[in-house]
Amino acid sequence: MDNWRPISQWLHLDWVLVVMALWLVLSVAGVFALRRLALVAHVLFPIGGLLGLALFGIALGAILGTPEVAVLPIGLPDLPFHFRLDSLSAYFLMVLGGASAGISAFAAGYFRRGEGTPPGLMCLEYHVFLVSMVGVILADDAYAFMVMWETMALSSFFLVTANHRAPEVRSAGYLYITMARIGAIAILLCFGVLQANTGLYTFASMRAQELSPFWASTGFLLAVFGFGAKAGVLPLHVWLPEAHPAAPSPVSALMSGVMLNTAIYGLLRVSYDLLHLRLWWWGGLLLTLGLATALFGVVFASIQTDMKRLLAYSSIENMGLLFVGMGLTLIFSAFGMLPMAALALTATLYHVASHACFKSLLFLSTGSVLHATSERNLGKLGGLIRAMPWVGWLTLLGVLASAGLPPLGGFVAEWLLLQSFLFAPGLPLPLLTMLMPVVAATIALVAALAGYTMVKFFGVIFLGQPREEKLANAHDAGRWERAGMVWLAIGCVLLGLLPTMFIQLIDPVTRQLVGAGLGPQVATGGWLLAPNSVAQASYGPIIFLLGILGSFALAVLLVRLLYHGRMRRSLPWACGFPWGTARMQDTAEGFGQPIRQIFEPFFVMQRELPTPFDEQPRYRVVVEDHFWRWVYVPIMEFSAYLARLASLMQQGRISVYLMYSFVTLVATLLVVMR
Amino acid sequence: MTWTGFLSQFLEIVIAAALAPLLSGWVNQWRAWLQNRSAPSLLQPYRLLHKLFNKDAVLSNNASPLFRTAPYLVFSCMLLACAIIPTLSTDLPLAPAADAIALVGLFALARVFISLAAMDVGTAFGSMGARREMLIGFLAEPALLMVLFSASLISQSTSLATIVETLSQREFAIYPALALAGVAFTMVSLAENARVPVDNPATHLELTMIHEALILEYSGRHLALIEWAASLKLFAYSCIGLALFFPWGVARAQAPVEMLLALPVLMGKLALGGFLLALLETLNAKMRIFRVPEYLGTAFLLSVIGLLVHLLLSH
Repeated sequence: MDNWRPISQWLHLDWVLVVMALWLVLSVAGVFALRRLALVAHVLFPIGGLLGLALFGIALGAILGTPEVAVLPIGLPDLPFHFRLDSLSAYFLMVLGGASAGISAFAAGYFRRGEGTPPGLMCLEYHVFLVSMVGVILADDAYAFMVMWETMALSSFFLVTANHRAPEVRSAGYLYITMARIGAIAILLCFGVLQANTGLYTFASMRAQELSPFWASTGFLLAVFGFGAKAGVLPLHVWLPEAHPAAPSPVSALMSGVMLNTAIYGLLRVSYDLLHLRLWWWGGLLLTLGLATALFGVVFASIQTDMKRLLAYSSIENMGLLFVGMGLTLIFSAFGMLPMAALALTATLYHVASHACFKSLLFLSTGSVLHATSERNLGKLGGLIRAMPWVGWLTLLGVLASAGLPPLGGFVAEWLLLQSFLFAPGLPLPLLTMLMPVVAATIALVAALAGYTMVKFFGVIFLGQPREEKLANAHDAGRWERAGMVWLAIGCVLLGLLPTMFIQLIDPVTRQLVGAGLGPQVATGGWLLAPNSVAQASYGPIIFLLGILGSFALAVLLVRLLYHGRMRRSLPWACGFPWGTARMQDTAEGFGQPIRQIFEPFFVMQRELPTPFDEQPRYRVVVEDHFWRWVYVPIMEFSAYLARLASLMQQGRISVYLMYSFVTLVATLLVVMR
Repeated sequence: MTWTGFLSQFLEIVIAAALAPLLSGWVNQWRAWLQNRSAPSLLQPYRLLHKLFNKDAVLSNNASPLFRTAPYLVFSCMLLACAIIPTLSTDLPLAPAADAIALVGLFALARVFISLAAMDVGTAFGSMGARREMLIGFLAEPALLMVLFSASLISQSTSLATIVETLSQREFAIYPALALAGVAFTMVSLAENARVPVDNPATHLELTMIHEALILEYSGRHLALIEWAASLKLFAYSCIGLALFFPWGVARAQAPVEMLLALPVLMGKLALGGFLLALLETLNAKMRIFRVPEYLGTAFLLSVIGLLVHLLLSH
């Protein structure tokens, strides 16, 4: 802010900065109320949620506005923070604000006494995490971006390790921070390439550079590596299924639904805003990476037995789909097919919003289940829809959205993405044209597998008979938790029902990035979503829903009028087999079995099967992915080897160390004096 | 949108709901004849529905509301599917609400709900049926989508009405892409409708059944709705097949006279299709569940090859 303006003239950006400042105040307040749970939970977190709501509203207004800039004198002298709020950042801020409002409300009811980190500290880390994510999205120079990016990584590291007494949580946190560091180095190098020897690290000066194809590609590849590590793209995905389950559920929701989006944001910012060049093979690379990631993620999700790991793998899948969308956009814009590029980018951005809604919702619901049952293992849950109707039915909405079923949010993005594949008219390269159907087929397979996974997730947790005695007295979510989940569920439903309105919000973003938008075309369709013309393709979710509800009501009415509504309760029929127990239901392993068989080359499996003559039959199956063995283990062994070599120098005697310093000094002097 | 549009829409829904059990009866009759058994009456499915609707519904003690909602929901999904597939006319006011992709989504929605309902009571058979149904679903769904995409690429549209109009007005020529897609579609629809090489609608042997295991806990009006929905699904798939591969005789927009002709043509085509289905079922044996992924994988590959062939030839 250059100089103080009267409040009535404040820009959107100023208000966003106010929200950030208030979040920081909340985090400091948390430190002063370190162990006062009621204060932290019922006052600080709800205020944080309201601020998220405010951010949602401000960003909504800013999407349609013009770019706004601010320079804050924070940090090193002569190196101020540059902030800029344009349509792209406003869109991601809107998603962040909307999702965090729900998650904060849930968190108000979630944190309990005596679990790891004290509540006040959680409050500090949580709100610093939020502020740093807003900072990443607003940053307009590499310095501010990196500071915020690292703050984001650090604060989320502390959040992940909230329950740091458990050794597996500590190792998950360590893996997470390692991958975050490696990714951050790549991003730093990427900015180093983009500044093109000018020494100016503001994004404005990077935009003005014309890089040669070689340097532009180098920068792009570094960005893909760096942001890919944050998004969990193959083969940098290993931290995701460890870190997300380790964190408390609201934090998992925030990381999965919101933080992963910052990686998407960063990649969009670098490849569409800072770089001017578009090469088609960049798109091809993103497309391939995305497809591999999506298929890998969903196959692994379907065999998981831990509910949070399942969701984490499902996040990997969704990030893969987002990469596919971005890759497609790059291919189209490289060939100058701007309307198609806009369609693919719209699909991507739509999926960003719907993924934020349903994935946060699902992680929150695992939090409620975890609190009610203290079980994360799918094999020990079951039948919870009776004890926890609120959580059950709200989760069902999230599950349907996540499975990409109409008329909910996930389907619209999938529909748009498939449309852009189908009508990719005559790409100049025959190879790409031939590949398009194969890619579309893989997308279809991924979507269908996501349905399988979600039926498993919901069916095993909420349906059937309780697999353990204690589940019968599980309690439903409290008021705060319900409020947060209802808010996110409304998001899922509205995103599904009002695509034409929501695309009006995406339109300015696609215009900013690829110079074309779907807005005006879609607006003519009214309730029908028709990206091109109704004769070519259209989808009307509201008519669709009314059609289903109408025939539903008609069927109920006619059955009651013409026949009767009599009903009796009795024991389950089960083919007349009276000795069925809850243990005989299909388990999560059972659901994974066909997938393990069909996609066998994906896995490294160790199995112990019992024989009919075992006194104490034992069944054990351990499934790992190949990347761990073929990529990570060699790297770890190599770095251990290097460390051993380095340890040869360490004799532990002070005279030897003094000699090292002496030799170094002489060598330095020789170099400098020459 | 005109009154003829609304009329044809209304007629389509009513005819689908009324004729679907007849189609099942027809297929059952032919199956019996081909297998040298004495056949049940053509109207047997209607009697079954009437009987089931009259009976009390018996619910398991622990059934949740999801269990009671699912039959109605599945029935509505199938009815909507029949409403948007152009069987009699391409002038349908509801059709723009869902194109080919949304139609596949609609089938998936029904499948997810019936599978969830099967898991609700928590018997061993129910959850096993749900798993198998979803297994077949996730293998068949992409193949179905690819078949529809082949037709979409030919007509440059995913709207079913446009697809049928384009396909029915082209000159008679064999498209290799459509031929491959036709084979794939036949394989998928056998699997999706719980027909013989994959499942047997007449079986009640617990360990081999898929669809019957899913609905084991249902009785009374709920079972009636599910049976009706199953025959609507068969009707819908037959109509998709006819619309894609034999689209002649479907009335165009603004042509009420063609509507009069469309119904006998449709019934003729369905009768022939039903006979062929019974023949296929009689000539084949049911395969083990472990072979189903191979079978459906073949269908998937065929449909993808069909798409590629189309692109190669059109280049």
